[in-house]
Amino acid sequence: MKVLVPIKRVIDYNVKVRVKADNSNVDLANVKMAINPFCEIAVEEAVRLKEAGIATEVIAVSIGNKSCQEQLRTALALGADRAIQIETDESLDSINIAKLLQKIVEEEQPQLVILGKQSIDSDNNQTGQMLAALTGMAQGTFASAVSIDGDKVNVTREVDSGLQTLALTLPAIVTTDLRLNEPRYASLPNIMKAKRKPLVVKAAADFGIDLTPRTNLIKVTPPAERKAGIIVESIDELVEKLKNEAKVIS
Amino acid sequence: MSILVFAEHDNSELKADTLKTVAAAQAIGGDIHLLVAGHNCQAVAEAASKVNGVSKVLVADNAAYEHQLAENVSLLVTELAADYNHIMATALTTGKNFMPRVAALLDVTQISDIIAVESSDTFVRPIYAGNAIATVQSLDSKKVITVRSTGFDAVATDGNAEIIAVDKVTDAGISSYVSEQLSVSERPELGAASVIISGGRGMQNGENFKLLDGIADKLGAAIGASRAAVDAGFVPNDMQVGQTGKIVAPDLYIAVGISGAIQHLAGMKDSKVIVAINKDAEAPIFQVADYGLVADLFNALPELESKL
Ligand SMILES: Cc1cc2nc3c(=O)[nH]c(=O)nc-3n(C[C@H](O)[C@H](O)[C@H](O)COP(=O)(O)OP(=O)(O)OC[C@H]3O[C@@H](n4cnc5c(N)ncnc54)[C@H](O)[C@@H]3O)c2cc1C
Ligand SMILES: Nc1ncnc2c1ncn2[C@@H]1O[C@H](COP(=O)(O)O)[C@@H](O)[C@H]1O
Repeated sequence: MKVLVPIKRVIDYNVKVRVKADNSNVDLANVKMAINPFCEIAVEEAVRLKEAGIATEVIAVSIGNKSCQEQLRTALALGADRAIQIETDESLDSINIAKLLQKIVEEEQPQLVILGKQSIDSDNNQTGQMLAALTGMAQGTFASAVSIDGDKVNVTREVDSGLQTLALTLPAIVTTDLRLNEPRYASLPNIMKAKRKPLVVKAAADFGIDLTPRTNLIKVTPPAERKAGIIVESIDELVEKLKNEAKVIS
Repeated sequence: MSILVFAEHDNSELKADTLKTVAAAQAIGGDIHLLVAGHNCQAVAEAASKVNGVSKVLVADNAAYEHQLAENVSLLVTELAADYNHIMATALTTGKNFMPRVAALLDVTQISDIIAVESSDTFVRPIYAGNAIATVQSLDSKKVITVRSTGFDAVATDGNAEIIAVDKVTDAGISSYVSEQLSVSERPELGAASVIISGGRGMQNGENFKLLDGIADKLGAAIGASRAAVDAGFVPNDMQVGQTGKIVAPDLYIAVGISGAIQHLAGMKDSKVIVAINKDAEAPIFQVADYGLVADLFNALPELESKL
């Protein structure tokens, strides 16, 4: 079966982003970018399915400007077979991302689509669920275990109260949580090989979808800064402060 | 204007977070209805009818909604949505799971995780793990919104709403519940606790988390963890606090053996008072702590327990 993995180029998770002085957005100039960590886990899961002889082909797709080809090459180096870039210079709302992905699902007919649960930039946590609704597929979100079982996939999900396992009819959508797997590092030979794997570019505008923005970003401000407090010298001092100064314990 | 709020519950209890989501709905303003979708959930419906500011409680009580499968609940909510301008749910795992499906079926984009309401179409939400705060206007005709509970104060529960049965049954038939592994704890839930004590990788193993128990008992605290502690298998996933775990804002948060990575801070830096216990004086957690103690936790925790 084919597995489709949508991936997003985002700020590296170690970077603490800053807000632009004019409050129009965050400042991404000269910031280190990377594949969204949850998407990396998605690629790893798809590649493992291929190594297990369950998946036949792993296709990575990314929607963005030319620079997201870098992350598609990373996915190819991690073991994806081919890549699709849907080119746009706009930063699209999730519903429009999901509609473009729906077109790719219609073209490619994958049995499984694995997405990250959340982009660490927009923190939206919605694209996978939207794609599932648009394609009429079942969804297993926040997955910490995935196993294919005939024409079904069993997904164990990280939920507020613990873990929940669902059985989904294929084709289905899975979104990854952090504990699903630990992604491998791409080896140098695989990085070299990735350069020769197919990467096709399609223009977002050619899909015949109305991509009009659904949101208007009015402003972006820095969060309220917490000022560092004091260092206490002993447990006695700590308990005294919590009782008499902060008054949070009695 | 009318607003539909999805009630968060486990078929027996209405979760307190719903009271905060209703507060967010009140900030938008309008006639507020609560939807209780579940199975054998009459007790929840009763509790929901007491939530202040709610005029009607819609109860969809059917086996198809027992586990609140996203495929089924989203169809129900989408049908009901015809009568509402705003559809809201708490940004917990149930709401995060099904609400974007509702948004897509209505052909709108979701505004996730709002922490404040500016107007009926403009909302404030953290992005980049809370390192930036965005003010976003929704241009869609219907607004599908998830609410971060830490941004709102719970409404009271001395109301008296009318309870109305909804007999629509929408079973998509493509997903089914297999099993669950619930964490059972006598302690308050992370989202509801006024005191939280969390352990990180510095705890070294799961056994050592017992060092937090006595303190939690004395303070009536919930116990949380960093992702590193969860990943290392010290404690279960539902204890994770952070950008991609639970978001909390208790009166007192005590971080023990936690370095203070941005992803962890994203989940707790709105706590009223933060205490950090770490043996490394340079640990970034001290930059957000009101009270820092540079100490070995294996000495500090027993002493703290004895002095409370
Ligand atoms: C996409 C993504 C999402 C993430 N989401 C989350 C999230 O939601 N929540 C989260 O917490 N993390 C998250 N992380 C992980 C995060 O980046 C950090 O790796 C993690 O928070 C570190 O946990 P820690 O502080 O327990 O461990 P460490 O960073 O290893 O820190 C351990 C601390 O313990 C101290 N220590 C050790 N021994 C002792 C002792 N005996 N006494 C006192 N102090 C001691 C050390 O000085 C150190 O400061 C995420 C990462 C990624 C990539
Ligand atoms: N521009 C994009 N291109 C490809 N996949 C995307 C894009 N944006 C989001 N996704 C996918 O959707 C997941 C969830 O993103 P979000 O809903 O934005 O939090 C990501 O982890 C990706 O798998």
